Amino acid sequence: MTTPTAPAPASNAWASNAWPSKLRRIRALVLKESRQIMRDPSSIAIGAVLPLILILLFGYGLSLDVKNVPVAIVIDYPTPEAIELAAGFQLSPYFHPLTMHSMPPAQQLLLEHRVDGIVRIPADFSRRFAAGDAEVQLIVHGGDANRARIIESYVQGVVGIWAARLTAQGQDGPIQLVNVQSRLWFNEANDSSYFLVPGLVVLVMTLIGGLLTAMVMAREWERGTLESLLVTPVRSEEILLGKTLPYFVLALFGFVLCVLSAKFLFHVPLRGSVWVLFGASMLYVLVALGIGLLISSWVKNQLVASQLTMLATFLPAFMLSGFLFDLRSMPTLVRMITYALPARYYVALLQSVFLAGDVWSVIIPNTLMLAAMAAVLALASRAVLHKTLA
Amino acid sequence: MNNVLGSLLRILALTRKELLAVLKDPRSRMSLLIPPVVQALIFGYAATYDLNHVTYAALDQDHSAASRQLLAGLDGSGVFERVANLPRASDIKSLIDARRALLIVQIDQQFERRLLSGQSADVQLIADGRNSNTAGTAMTYVASIIDQFNSTWGHDHGAVPAPVRLVARAWYNPNLETRWFMIPGMIGTLTLIQTLMLTAMSVSREREQGTFDQLLVTPFRPFEIMAGKALPSIVVGTIQAGGVLLVAQLWFHIPFAGSYVTLAIGLLMFLSAAIGIGLLVSAVAATMQQSLLYSMLLIMPFSLLSGLTTPLSSMPRFLQYVTVINPLRYAIDITRRVYLEGAGLDLLISDLWPLALLAAITLWAASWMFSNRMQ
Repeated sequence: MTTPTAPAPASNAWASNAWPSKLRRIRALVLKESRQIMRDPSSIAIGAVLPLILILLFGYGLSLDVKNVPVAIVIDYPTPEAIELAAGFQLSPYFHPLTMHSMPPAQQLLLEHRVDGIVRIPADFSRRFAAGDAEVQLIVHGGDANRARIIESYVQGVVGIWAARLTAQGQDGPIQLVNVQSRLWFNEANDSSYFLVPGLVVLVMTLIGGLLTAMVMAREWERGTLESLLVTPVRSEEILLGKTLPYFVLALFGFVLCVLSAKFLFHVPLRGSVWVLFGASMLYVLVALGIGLLISSWVKNQLVASQLTMLATFLPAFMLSGFLFDLRSMPTLVRMITYALPARYYVALLQSVFLAGDVWSVIIPNTLMLAAMAAVLALASRAVLHKTLA
Repeated sequence: MNNVLGSLLRILALTRKELLAVLKDPRSRMSLLIPPVVQALIFGYAATYDLNHVTYAALDQDHSAASRQLLAGLDGSGVFERVANLPRASDIKSLIDARRALLIVQIDQQFERRLLSGQSADVQLIADGRNSNTAGTAMTYVASIIDQFNSTWGHDHGAVPAPVRLVARAWYNPNLETRWFMIPGMIGTLTLIQTLMLTAMSVSREREQGTFDQLLVTPFRPFEIMAGKALPSIVVGTIQAGGVLLVAQLWFHIPFAGSYVTLAIGLLMFLSAAIGIGLLVSAVAATMQQSLLYSMLLIMPFSLLSGLTTPLSSMPRFLQYVTVINPLRYAIDITRRVYLEGAGLDLLISDLWPLALLAAITLWAASWMFSNRMQ
């Protein structure tokens, strides 16, 4: 574990040359690191098992689709119109209605959060409908504003369909002046897993990449084995390369598992080419590994390194990458911060490659940014490691 | 009696030592106190489903007063920014593909003529569905602006108003701001990550360095060692939660509807459960690396499957059952309901007893595992 032993036969024709001996040293380091990975199952667990568990849990667990919303339908006075309108909620797949005849029990249900909203059809509904001026009241639990807004538009939809049917049945009524006909490109079925699953791949790869290298370097610092490695002829960039390569392979393995489950378990279409997907992802894995390397070359302590990696990767990749929340709506200062996060570029890449296809106007700038970040991280880790040696 | 007093004194002494160890070093003090507040500030701004800047392109084939009035409604809303006026439908694809516009609003020829002749006219909306939630929200914004257009136009041109109106009101969050929902939820989330890791790692570190065995040969009983490890984390967690609460109230001005005592009771129960889990992790793990791995394996699902960003009710049934062991799920419910709805302890029973049970089981199990190691 301490000094790398040269596995190649010594009597090699080009062994004296500087470049091949560099290669030989790197090979030895890679070999040593790979053996260590094989012996310590925890790295394999992080690299291969963790991605699979996470993508399965979150792929099934995260969803923004609103279905079977429990609502209380309060019919103050059961006229035929009111009953027919209430039946519209029974038929809708989006609602799970509970019909009742007065407000207080419905309000109690809302207070206990057993329903998400109350649809009230007032006593004078039919009379006022005949006069062309009826009201349906909706009280929605506003806690989850996103969900509340979706519920409101669904209720609007049920009421609208009911009114349109009456008009179509020849009852004299006004028509809706401007109708909106909307189409959702790339996700016609409006399935939230289409954009959540590619985002999850980003989240998982960020975390895996960062953690794999962060722990490895910090552990060698703590055990003092890195110092003994440094007194050998091995140079700092060779150490970094030797540390990166085996974990790169391991993280790519995790990536393949993620993509396979996205495609075959969650049925997210892959409309772009596999090669673009892989090329961009290899770059991103390098960036994520680089973050871990940089942190652990710098702090040299497993506890602090792991806390920092966690802080620098998990929540920022979740909150600030555009995976869930729209970047354009963030205040300028926060948006500036997102430009410094590699996850932002990878989310844009994956969402496009999965759902829209090979859109070069998205792929090229984002790939370039990732490449630049990988280069900066590599140079910075080398500089930090160099400095701590001196 | 003397026994209890002695035990209490020993626990306090150990707690004091642990707190000193964590808080004395300025770097570790900062790493525990600063991140939750900074994260609450940044994520408070970032974590919102509300849109205040939607780029759209107009494809106006009618060029009439009516179509201009409709588009002016979008431009004047303060949310929509028109990035292009498209001459042809064939330009739509490149604009959407390059993410330059989230929406395309297409108004056909005859738009005004149909409206004037009392027929209904169509407006086509095409949205970039790469984030279908954002696209859906943007489309409901457009729909409400078109609603307004309908009623203004109808009023000006003497059309019959719609026979049914939906009068909607949102309780507890009248303007439907996601921020009101997210930030109270973060009180628990931001606290969980660091306290769980702190507890798990601090025991593992002592074990890796051999000082844990030294602790075990002192007159401390395993239960007292456990309490001495748990209490400092509870103190740290409470301070962190207080910091996030201050950000929510003083910076984001989200009105606090409930009682601080109720919130404190709920948070203490949550922290006990979270720290119990941390101790259990450290009892199972042999090294710091394993301890980290297990904590991560718990923290990520805990924070993502907690109802913070996506509702629990949208999960498949079996995963909803799995989340009963997630302390954060209850904490988020408690903080939101106390904070926004002013819920009292009576309404929170369904959240409090699972937390108490979780805390009891994990603390008991961890203490049992530690004392078994001693023999």
